[in-house]
Amino acid sequence: MAPVVLSRLDDLLAALRQDGRTVIGPTVRGPAIVLTEIAGAADLPYGRRTEVEAGIYRLLPGDERLAFTHTSGPQSWKQVLHPPRQRLWSADRSADGFTVTDEPEPPRRLALFGVRPCDLRAIGVLDHVLGDGGRYAARRAEVLIVAVNCTEPGGACFCVSAGGGPGADTGHDIALTERPDGTYLASGGTADGEALLARVPATPASADDISSAERAVESAATRMGRTLPEADLRTLLAGHRADPQWDDVAQRCLTCGNCTMVCPTCFCTSVTDTTDLTGDHAERWESWESCFDLEFTSLHGGPVRESNAGRYRHWLTHKFGTWHDQFGESGCVGCGRCIAWCPVGIDVTAELHALNAHPPTPAEDAP
Amino acid sequence: MTTTHDLLVGHPFLAGLPAEHVERLSHWASPAPFGAGMRIFEENGRADRFWLIHDGCVHLDIRVPGRGDAVIETIGAGTVLGWSWMFPPFRWHFGAVAVDQVRSIAIDGAAARSLLDADPGFGYELTKRFMAVVVERMQATRIRLLDLYKAPA
Amino acid sequence: MTTMTAARYRVTERRRETGDTVTLALEPVDAPLPVFRPGQFAMLYAFGVGEVPISVSGYGTAGPLHTIRAVGATTGALCGAGPGAMLGVRGPFGRGWELPAPAGADLVVVAGGLGLAPLRPVVLHAMADRDRYRRVAVLIGARTPDDLLYPGEYEGWRAAGLDVYTTVDRATTEWDGHVGVVTALYDRLDHRLAATVACVCGPEIMMRFAARGLVGLGVPAGQVWLSLERNMQCGLGHCGHCQLGPLLVCRDGPVVAYDRAGPLMTVKEL
Repeated sequence: MAPVVLSRLDDLLAALRQDGRTVIGPTVRGPAIVLTEIAGAADLPYGRRTEVEAGIYRLLPGDERLAFTHTSGPQSWKQVLHPPRQRLWSADRSADGFTVTDEPEPPRRLALFGVRPCDLRAIGVLDHVLGDGGRYAARRAEVLIVAVNCTEPGGACFCVSAGGGPGADTGHDIALTERPDGTYLASGGTADGEALLARVPATPASADDISSAERAVESAATRMGRTLPEADLRTLLAGHRADPQWDDVAQRCLTCGNCTMVCPTCFCTSVTDTTDLTGDHAERWESWESCFDLEFTSLHGGPVRESNAGRYRHWLTHKFGTWHDQFGESGCVGCGRCIAWCPVGIDVTAELHALNAHPPTPAEDAP
Repeated sequence: MTTTHDLLVGHPFLAGLPAEHVERLSHWASPAPFGAGMRIFEENGRADRFWLIHDGCVHLDIRVPGRGDAVIETIGAGTVLGWSWMFPPFRWHFGAVAVDQVRSIAIDGAAARSLLDADPGFGYELTKRFMAVVVERMQATRIRLLDLYKAPA
Repeated sequence: MTTMTAARYRVTERRRETGDTVTLALEPVDAPLPVFRPGQFAMLYAFGVGEVPISVSGYGTAGPLHTIRAVGATTGALCGAGPGAMLGVRGPFGRGWELPAPAGADLVVVAGGLGLAPLRPVVLHAMADRDRYRRVAVLIGARTPDDLLYPGEYEGWRAAGLDVYTTVDRATTEWDGHVGVVTALYDRLDHRLAATVACVCGPEIMMRFAARGLVGLGVPAGQVWLSLERNMQCGLGHCGHCQLGPLLVCRDGPVVAYDRAGPLMTVKEL
C-alpha cells in the first residue's frame, strides 16, 4: 500500500479506538512528557520541544503545529509491555495445604501511539528477552504500534551509532513522519497496519511528499548529539574489567538506579511473597528491580556486587557487552534517557569512549 | 633387593635432586616402618630426624586438655613428615601417629643440617622442596580457616 | 515447566541429615513436572514465605528428593515442612551434569559440604551404569564428621565399585579418618587424568581450588564441571539476578565447564 498524507491525527486515533484499542501516547504532565491513555490529538504535546542534556530534561515552547519535536521522556513503552508490578499468582490455605489461583488479567487491546524508532527497537529487544514468557507474549500480541519517525534529534540521542536510526525500520504497524506544516506522511508496516490505515481519510502521497520526509529523517541521522566509539563494545568491555575508569565513574555514580528505571530495555525484576493479615492468603508479585540495588546479587547473606564500581561496571557491561552473549544483540538503542535522567549527568557514551582510549587490562591468568 | 638409596631415589619428595646429594643423604637414611596406631613422635619430643613416607598415612595431632589428642591434619604417602629438625629448639610442635601400616625412610636431622650448611647448593635444593610442602599445607590451612562450609551468617 | 506458577507437591518423607540440613521426598499433588536431570534445580516455594533454588538430589518412589540447608526464612520454612506438608515446585531448570560421560572415562566427584547434594545423582548414575566407566572416585569433604551428608550410603556406594574417600576440616575425638582439605584426597586417585571427567560442587572458593588442583594434575579444564550458584528469582532467564558475566546461571548453568567458568570466577564482583 502506498504512503498517504494525513491532514490530522484525530481520524487515525478514532480508527484505532474503533479497532477496540485503548490508545497510549505522549502527553504533557507537569514538567515532563509522559506516556498515558490519550483521548484525541489534542492530548498530544503540540508546541512542546525538549532540551535534553546530561542530567537535564526541560520542556520548552515549540512550533504549535507540531506534536513530535520532543524526544524521549522519563517513561518508555516497557511500562506497558512489562509492567512495573504484576501479580503472578496467589495461593490460599486449604484443609490439606493450599490452592493456587493463576488467572492473569486478560491483556488490554492497545495502540502504542508515537513510538520513536529507538523505542521501537527497544520493544524488539524486550521481545527477544521476555518473548518466550506467556504473560509478555500475550500482552505483546494485543498491541498495535504507530511509530513516529524523528526529524529532530535530541541532545542526548545516539541511535545511529547504537545500530539504529531516526527512521522506523521494522516492528511497527504504522509509521508516521510529521511534516513542517503539521500534516503527516503515513505508511503501513504490516498487514494490520495497512488495513487500519486504509480506513482513515487521507490523500495519496506524492513522490515529493515521500522524498521530503525521507530527507528530513536522513538529515536527523547526521545531527546526533553523541556517538558511541567505533569499536566492538562486547570485546572492549570484556577486556577492560580492571580499567581504572570504573573507579572513576564510581565516585560520581550514586547507584540511584534512575538509569535502569528510564532505560527502555532494562528488564530485571524481583519476585516477592506477600500475605494478608490472616496469613491464609499469599500472593507472588513481580516488580521492577535495579541491578544497582545492593540486594540484587544477595547470596549467602551478602551482595556479590557490593561496590559502586562493581555495580556500575555490571550495568554498562551487560547493556553494551554481555547482552550480545545472552540475547544475540546490543541492549542499547541510543535513546539517551540514561544520560538525561542521571542526577549527576553520567554519560554512557563518554564512559565508553574513555574505556576505548585506555589499553586493555590484562585478562586474569587462566587458573 | 631395594636399598635405602633406591627408596630415596624413587621418592617424589626428592625427585630431581642431583645424584650426589641423594648419595650423601643415603648415608644418614634408614628404613622406618610403623604399625597401625604406633606413635611416631610426641609433641615436645626431640626433633632429631624427618621421614619420607612411602606407604600409609600419618595423623598430626596435639594433646588438648579436655579434648584428648586432636588430629590436625592427615599426611599421606609421597611426602615428607617433620620440619622442626631444621630450626632451634629442635622440638616437635605436634605429635604424629601412624594411621595404618606406614613404610618410610628416616633421615638424621643433625647430619642433614651439617650437610646443608656445608653445601649451599644442596641446602637450596632441599630447602626448596621443604618450602613447596610448607606452602601447600599453609594454603590448605588457610582454606580451612575460611570455614567455607559453615552456614552463612 | 517454563512458568512462574508453582505446581503443588506434598512432602512424603522428611529425613534429618545434619543439624541444619534435611532431605525432603516429594510427590505431586497436581500434574507432575517433567523429570529433573542430575544437576538441574527446582524453585521450591514455602507458602507465604518465598521461593529458593534447590538442586535435585535424587528420586524417591513418587517424586524428587531435595536436600535443603536452613540458612534463611524460606529454607528454614522448607526444612520445617514435615510429612503431609504442601510445597510449591517449579522446574526443571538449568543445564545439568554432562551425563553420561564418555564410555571408558574415569570419573571423579569432588563434593564440599552441601555440594554433595547436587552430586548425589551423579553417584547414583555411576552406580547404575558402573560398567560404562573405568575408575569412579567420590571425594567428600565436610566441616566436621557430623556434617557429612548421606554417610549411611557410603558403604553401598563402595559395594557398587565406587572409591569413596572422606575428609573433614576439623576432627572430633571419634574420627579416625582423613583430616584436611578435600583436595588432599587427590593423591588417592588412580585415574588416567586426560580421560577423566570431574564433577565438582561446594562453596565457590572450594570449587576454584578443587578445579585448579584437577587441572594441575592434568585433567583438561573442559572436562571439569562445576555447579555454580547465584541469586535466582525466576529460573527462566528473565529476572536478571543470576548473571555471571555473559552467563545466566539459571539457563547456561548451573553446571558450567571450568574452562568457561574459571576466568569468570576470578573477577571480583562479576
